[in-house]
Amino acid sequence: MLYALIPLLPLAAFLVLGLAGSRIKANAHVVAVPAVLLSLVLSLSAFAEVASGSIISVPLYTWFTSGNLDIHFGLYIDRLTAVMLLLVTVVSSLVHIYTIGYMHGEPGYVRFFSYIALFTFSMLMLVLADNLLQLFVFWEAVGLCSYLLIGHWYERASACAAATKAFLVNRVGDFGFMLGLLLVWSSFGSLNYHDVFPAAHESAGQSMNLLGLFGGTWEVPVLTVICLLLFAGAMGKSAQVPLHVWLPDAMEGPTPISALIHAATMVTAGVFLVARLSPLYNLSPTAMNVVALVGASTMVLGATIALTQTDIKRVVAYSTVSQLGYMVMACGLGAYASGMYHLLTHGAFKALLFLGCGSIIIALHHEQDMRHMGGLRDKLPVTYWTFVVGSLALAGFPLTAGFFSKDDLLVSAWSSGSLGQVLTIFGLLTALLTAFYSFRLVFVTFWGPSRVDPHHAPHVHEPSRTITTPLLILAVFSILTGYLGIPAFLEPVFSTQQDSAVHHGGAGLIIMIAATAMGLGGITAAYYVYVLNPDLPDRLAQQWTSLYQGSLNKWYVDQAYDRAFVRPTFTTASALWRRIDVHVIDGAVNGVARAIAWGAWLLRLIQSGQTQHYALAMAMGVLLIVTVFVVF
Amino acid sequence: MIPVSYYLMLSAIVFFTGVAGVLIRRNIIAILLSVELMLNATNINFVAFSDHFQDLGGQVFVFFALTVAAAEVAVGLAIIIALHRSKATINVEEFNLLKW
Repeated sequence: MLYALIPLLPLAAFLVLGLAGSRIKANAHVVAVPAVLLSLVLSLSAFAEVASGSIISVPLYTWFTSGNLDIHFGLYIDRLTAVMLLLVTVVSSLVHIYTIGYMHGEPGYVRFFSYIALFTFSMLMLVLADNLLQLFVFWEAVGLCSYLLIGHWYERASACAAATKAFLVNRVGDFGFMLGLLLVWSSFGSLNYHDVFPAAHESAGQSMNLLGLFGGTWEVPVLTVICLLLFAGAMGKSAQVPLHVWLPDAMEGPTPISALIHAATMVTAGVFLVARLSPLYNLSPTAMNVVALVGASTMVLGATIALTQTDIKRVVAYSTVSQLGYMVMACGLGAYASGMYHLLTHGAFKALLFLGCGSIIIALHHEQDMRHMGGLRDKLPVTYWTFVVGSLALAGFPLTAGFFSKDDLLVSAWSSGSLGQVLTIFGLLTALLTAFYSFRLVFVTFWGPSRVDPHHAPHVHEPSRTITTPLLILAVFSILTGYLGIPAFLEPVFSTQQDSAVHHGGAGLIIMIAATAMGLGGITAAYYVYVLNPDLPDRLAQQWTSLYQGSLNKWYVDQAYDRAFVRPTFTTASALWRRIDVHVIDGAVNGVARAIAWGAWLLRLIQSGQTQHYALAMAMGVLLIVTVFVVF
Repeated sequence: MIPVSYYLMLSAIVFFTGVAGVLIRRNIIAILLSVELMLNATNINFVAFSDHFQDLGGQVFVFFALTVAAAEVAVGLAIIIALHRSKATINVEEFNLLKW
């Protein structure tokens, strides 16, 4: 029962800050930080208990019972949940501390803390859920927090637009998620993991006719439909192609949010979902292939866009999209443990990179364009060195966490079959791009001559210790998480998966060498292009104009969506407004009013104010009545 | 012996003269006079029927009516004076405020 406090402490912090925020003001962190730190301590204890082999299950309460639909809230902690708990609480604690320095003196200080506390609560409940509906409720709750926090600076039009975009794009995926839930309920009669998973085997052979409504026949296995629908939700939340467009725009939010929500925790919920539901996905090869292909295309697409972006946060954001692609691909190939492993190491080094970006942004007075940076190496030493560690991990430099997890991921992918081998090739190529763009970021930002606005240049200095301390801790984690044996720790959760023996095969070694070579090659290429020949990028851009423009404009996906969905919606809405609403609806309402006014005007003529007219009407009336009386 | 229908016809003629006066005349005093004509037309009816049915009740009623009519005329004339004071006319068409 003690473990119920893990999510409840951040909730309490949210309530206190939300209700009494106007009195707390600049002391908001005094409430929020201890709550999250305590959560972290409890998570550690839960982790220790789970590591010893037990599974913790804490029923909280019955939400509602209707017929045979019985919805409970409960906590379920196995090894998968335990590592997610640690990831969420650790990154959340560090981001809370970082926020003290980053948001210092902002008018929305209390609001910000209350929202990230609410986010932490929701995310913890999401990973702790013991049934799909609870997962869905908090899935939506983290989406809401994401929306609120992207729009933290709501007076900025771009922030509002980005928040709305994130919300709407996620709606598309969540619609699928909801249909998936309904189908799970109608197929299994329950939404609890411990009811659904054992029953999945029996329904593996069942199929449903998707075209039955239209009189056609298209038999599809029920599990495939369920998995694909639920994966639609995961695609929205984890920014997979084609629903990836919201994540880069979400960088409009304050940087701690980008680190916490849009890099380390919330966006990985989709990967977590697929891993959590692995008993279902394992039974549907079709769905698995779709997951793998979507993941792989996201991985490539994200990396190619990240090559040319100039906003430092956007580079890291597209890198996140690409790395999420890796994880989803791994899950799709059945390598859940590898996917989760990469999720954890990525959580550490990507949070580090984002917080590093935040440190730069603060030091340069909210400058985010890397063309206006350069030469920051000496002025921001702590940020520089931690950023390099993060980038090395991202690039898969040997002996960093990213190196171990990416190798593990690619080797598992290779050993999963022919599709996996093709996708591994793409994975290796993407690793090259990853190393290139991450060190492009390092070299352009920290090396070379300073291009900082001369107005600010003399004042550039390392931000306060609340900002640098989380960077240092995360830098340590970016190395350390590679040595904790996480895949072996997670293996029992996905025990039906392929044995880990293949990891040590000859192919494994070759892939490991290839991946390392790709990483080092990318770093060297970036060094060659951006340090040795600083005018080369422009020449390349001119030589390969169409490619460069495509990447710079994110392969025109936003424009395509704008043409296909946004503008038709606006046009239709505008037409409905100008024609239907103004003319038909307003016309009807105003018409009724006008008809009554006209009728009243006619009736008013009778009332002349001349008493004799009234008397005449009376006399005529009497005459009429008498006539009727006499005649009939 | 004059039949009762003669009285009734006289009463009707007087009554409709009154009605016509009320509807047509513009002078408020004339209208008041016309109202008195209508009132007296009914009085003729009362007396005629009282004689016809040999019932004194009708004649008693006429006394009541005359008394009330006297009071009514007093009030009516007072109103006319008040109206004249407010608009310096007794043309009924000038008094058309009682409308929307």
